[in-house]
Amino acid sequence: MTHAEMKRCWEEARASGDYHALMRAIPYARTIGMVMSETDGELRFTLPFRQSNIGNVLLPALHGGVIGGFLENVAIFTLLASTETRSVPKVVDFSIDYLRSGRALDLYGRCDIVRQGKRVANVQLVAWQDDAAKPVASARAHFLLG
Amino acid sequence: MAVINPKMFEPLWRWFMDLPHCKVLGIEYVGAEEGVVELRLPYSEAIVGNPETGVVHGGAVTTLIDTASGTCIYTLLEETEAVATLDLRIDYLRPALPGEAIICRAECYRLTEQIAFTRAVAYQSEREIAHGVGTFMRTRVGSGA
Repeated sequence: MTHAEMKRCWEEARASGDYHALMRAIPYARTIGMVMSETDGELRFTLPFRQSNIGNVLLPALHGGVIGGFLENVAIFTLLASTETRSVPKVVDFSIDYLRSGRALDLYGRCDIVRQGKRVANVQLVAWQDDAAKPVASARAHFLLG
Repeated sequence: MAVINPKMFEPLWRWFMDLPHCKVLGIEYVGAEEGVVELRLPYSEAIVGNPETGVVHGGAVTTLIDTASGTCIYTLLEETEAVATLDLRIDYLRPALPGEAIICRAECYRLTEQIAFTRAVAYQSEREIAHGVGTFMRTRVGSGA
């Protein structure tokens, strides 16, 4: 996929509020089955449960790496939407705290931009399942912009 | 130095490699010694994060480092037990080269009664891609914790 195609895919998603084609265009997002949508101008991120995201078959629980990868994407798309920057933000560091195991349920994610400078952004992330008051993981990360 | 209990460790690493999400990413076992495990993430389309450049997604690297860091703890144990990641910090040093496998070498450098401390490096040839530092909570089987 060329830069122009990817840019068009993003612009079409922003204009229509339909992010399915964008998620399909990103192989890793497709692999974990991530869904992005927009309600009243607010971005929503969901990771519907699927068996291939399991990282502990005994509990069972989602793989910690999936939760991290999902939150990384939540940050990337929140930053892209907030700045409408040209290029995809690049992760510099990512620190995640696992607060409870991710059960075999849908997972939701939110990104708060703590500080956005010209070159770098600091973000705070949270992931939860059926109860937003009981987060599964929280994370903070830095991204290079543009 | 060999792993502490090969009889326990061998079925255990196979169990880790058989986990649905490890299989979907294609993570493979390379080898282990006392305190250390090496895993390999072959390049595939499924793990690409940037379709323009073909660069692997950070999430796939996170999963590789998390899995290797968790597995390396078991090279130091006599008996199997549960370990859960408390936290994991990853520094992304440079993008991975598309088309090349990524190796992760993880080491458990301090094991206490309750906590395991790990550090890991993910690399391609001599090129370091990412560093990871983690802590894990130990739960003995049958401890009721």
